[in-house]
Amino acid sequence: MSAVIEEHHHDGHHHGPDKGIMRWVFTTNHKDIGTLYLWFSFLMFLTGGVLALGIRTELFQPGLQIIQPEIFNQLTTMHGLIMVFGAVMPAFVGLANWLIPMMIGAPDMALPRMNNYSFWILPFAFGMLLSTFFMEGGAPNYGWTFYAPLSTDYAPPSVTFFIFAVHMMGISSIMGSINVVVTILNMRAPGMTLMKMPLFVWTWFITAYLLIAVMPVLAGVVTMMLMDIHFGTAFFNAGGGGDPVLFQHVFWFFGHPEVYIMILPAFGVVSAIIPTFARKRLFGYDSMVYATASIAFLSFIVWAHHMFTVGIPLAGELYFMYATMLIAVPTGVKVFNWVATMWQGAMTFETPMLFAIAFVILFTIGGLSGLMLAIVPADFQYHDTYFVVAHFHYVLVPGSVFSIMAAVYYWIPKWTGNMYDETLGKTHFWLSFIGVNVTFFPQHFIGLAGMPRRIPDYALQFADWNMVSSCGAFLFGFSQLLFLFIVIKCIRGGKKATDQVWEGAHGLEWTIPSPAPYHTFTTPPTSMKEAHG
Amino acid sequence: MNRVMQMWQAGLSLLLCSNVALADWSALNMRQGVTEISQRVYDLHMLIFYICCAIGVLVFGVMIISMLMHRKSLGVTPATFHEDTRVEVAWTVIPIIILLVMAVPATSTLRDMYESSDSDLDIEVRGYQWKWQYTYLNEDPAEEIQFMSALKTPRNEIQNLEAKGEHYLLDVDNPLVIPINKRVRFLVTSQDTIHSFWVPDFAVKRDAIPGFIHESWAVVEEPGVYRGQCAELCGKDHGFMPIVVHAVEQADYDLWIAEKQAEAKEVFNTVGKTWSKDELMVKGEEVYLQHCAACHQPNGQGIPPAFPSLVGQGIAVGPMSGHIDILLNGQAGTAMQAFGQQLNPAEIAAVITYERNAWGNDMNDMVQPKEINTMMASE
Ligand code: HEM
Ligand SMILES: [Cu+2]
Repeated sequence: MSAVIEEHHHDGHHHGPDKGIMRWVFTTNHKDIGTLYLWFSFLMFLTGGVLALGIRTELFQPGLQIIQPEIFNQLTTMHGLIMVFGAVMPAFVGLANWLIPMMIGAPDMALPRMNNYSFWILPFAFGMLLSTFFMEGGAPNYGWTFYAPLSTDYAPPSVTFFIFAVHMMGISSIMGSINVVVTILNMRAPGMTLMKMPLFVWTWFITAYLLIAVMPVLAGVVTMMLMDIHFGTAFFNAGGGGDPVLFQHVFWFFGHPEVYIMILPAFGVVSAIIPTFARKRLFGYDSMVYATASIAFLSFIVWAHHMFTVGIPLAGELYFMYATMLIAVPTGVKVFNWVATMWQGAMTFETPMLFAIAFVILFTIGGLSGLMLAIVPADFQYHDTYFVVAHFHYVLVPGSVFSIMAAVYYWIPKWTGNMYDETLGKTHFWLSFIGVNVTFFPQHFIGLAGMPRRIPDYALQFADWNMVSSCGAFLFGFSQLLFLFIVIKCIRGGKKATDQVWEGAHGLEWTIPSPAPYHTFTTPPTSMKEAHG
Repeated sequence: MNRVMQMWQAGLSLLLCSNVALADWSALNMRQGVTEISQRVYDLHMLIFYICCAIGVLVFGVMIISMLMHRKSLGVTPATFHEDTRVEVAWTVIPIIILLVMAVPATSTLRDMYESSDSDLDIEVRGYQWKWQYTYLNEDPAEEIQFMSALKTPRNEIQNLEAKGEHYLLDVDNPLVIPINKRVRFLVTSQDTIHSFWVPDFAVKRDAIPGFIHESWAVVEEPGVYRGQCAELCGKDHGFMPIVVHAVEQADYDLWIAEKQAEAKEVFNTVGKTWSKDELMVKGEEVYLQHCAACHQPNGQGIPPAFPSLVGQGIAVGPMSGHIDILLNGQAGTAMQAFGQQLNPAEIAAVITYERNAWGNDMNDMVQPKEINTMMASE
């Protein structure tokens, strides 16, 4: 066996990538696949963004202007689906691909061919999903939460394609997460014990388990829909002995862990960046690991907090309220840890740090509104209003999305060998920061004042702040073109990055050259001193 | 946080300086409402809001101080401390205590909202795509009041062809009327997709789920007009199915209810009661001759091809549902009109029964005016 490898080694193939498009189609290299994921996710981010700007244009003023209600519902639905499954999740998988092997001193992911396959399913899944816009009856219009029976008996015919697309995304995610788990369990360099792994690896490890646990539940719920629509079952139809609320229970059993799937890796990113730029060790590594694990555990037992108004009995409401409130404790531990890490550090504020600090502040705002939403009597007033929209956009946009941007700025010198343009990076940060707050902060007020979500037109008292929100959305949206420009500019050239890149950075990825060679750690590193901060 | 807030506030008030409404912050908060429960929900909301603000000020305050003081450019050397059990225990235990402080009033308010003592008035609220149906449940079916309540805002206002009225999108043709100081129970359900019955001033939000009935209640303390909206995505016109409730003094309510009950009784005597087949046949022949015979001929043979025969072929001997559908909605592109708008449910039920059982047609079935009535209501 080893003789074969030797021989292959002499071909020269082993050293660099293939040329041309086939490099990307057949690649089994974790860095190439990471790059594919990240570009794909950015493309989806822009696509979902265009849909969002369509929504905000219609909501700029009361009255129906450019988008009729049936199209409006397609826009909100597809925006949500694309951002969740197409932008945020693949971006984190891309980061996992690039970083996990480099962080644990492994030469690649454990299952490289499956890795290729997990990625290449996605363009087809989203191609199919997007093609529904051109089908008779239009694209999915039942919300990203696709509650039955709106998504079954009352759905446009394209729902079948939607179901198939969701299955494909699910397969992709499950394979991707199995790969992460196997890699982390088997490919760590000698001496890289679990409690020495960087937090990004830890958070992804736990996220991967969440994914493996809940993606099959999502597959189950869409399959039940498929059966109801085409094969005469009545899972979600009371007329046939089923129950529409059953749909919501199954969906949210997937859905709530899903929201943590989108935030745990972000915690990992921020836990890497803040110590670097504070030049100080992370305050409590162990407690961060335990907090992540408890959040993941709790995320399985709080799902009905999305369903407080469906008529759950008192005891159930109380249980889900207390369980949800409990999540605030480990979440608080995380936030306090980051703040304590900053405290008495020697901070500098390069772009990744700016995004990371904004993450901590704005994510916390989202967490606090989450806490308010957990209080059932108050949630009766908040539920399905813009207050909820504000809440989850705070945790997802300046939360997950900012962390992804922070990660790109932080690691791109390692990926490309070039520094990005710091001035442009900071400009991008400030535009995004202002844009995001102008867009979503007023939505708290509009929601409290009583504006329901998912409506194409609204009463006059909501007009002012909707206009503000729309302005912010355009600012935020167009700022992302600057991001694209910065990334392309950095790939094409710029100040050469050192291997260390950041003065205060710790971790194995900073011990290899910049740009990271096509193959790294073909022989495992020996010293784990640098493993984490 | 403060820096953030001030920044965008300053920028935006410039942008909107012409706008007076901006000064009115109370319009940007949850409504206190007009029931004891809604007031308690509001108080609870403010309590948790202030707690969250306090936490925010504390956490962001520490961050801002740190960002100002602990920067490399000031020449500081980073501290090396990490992991301190006392601190870690504190920031786990203190939040738990704060959560308990929030949980206590939340629990008691919730228990009271779920309290199910006897009600003075039961109203079934049924969501339809895209309007509401209200039924004042009554032991005597003859006195049961039932009506649909739909958006009244003119299409032209929505399409921006006319100036928008004060209650743009929040106005209905037939509002729900309830007495004040009475315990009104809403039994919420749906005919099609899931809707949600939400009146912010009552702190009532209940999902309307097809096939299930869930209840909620309110004791309104002040007369007035209270407006809400459907709160669960229910299809195309989800944004266009408002709820309007008139809460009135008992005396006014009694007047209103008496008038409505008289109307209901009259309708019941024609539509509501169960007709025998013979009654339907007699009435049906009368209606047929008056409205149908001109085309389909008194003997049902019609004048093909323009006016098809009804004897032994076509809809009159096909499935009942198809027959009803054509009568109610007509047949596009032919002379067959939509009679749903012209005839009352009793007439429609009678003529359908007649057509299926006259001239040798022997379907041996019938349809009740009641059934037609519900079908018409749901269209
Ligand atoms: C302290 C932590 C959090 C708490 C207590 C919390 C609580 C809640 C509650 C109670 C709701 C339901 C509101 C309603 O529909 O009435 C909700 C909605 C939501 N939350 Fe959170 N949340 C927290 C953090 C997060 C995080 C970290 C994310 C994602 C990154 C997230 C994403 C969402 C989303 C997407 C929804 C809305 C789903 C929908 O209806 O479309 N939340 N949250
Ligand atoms: Cu949740």
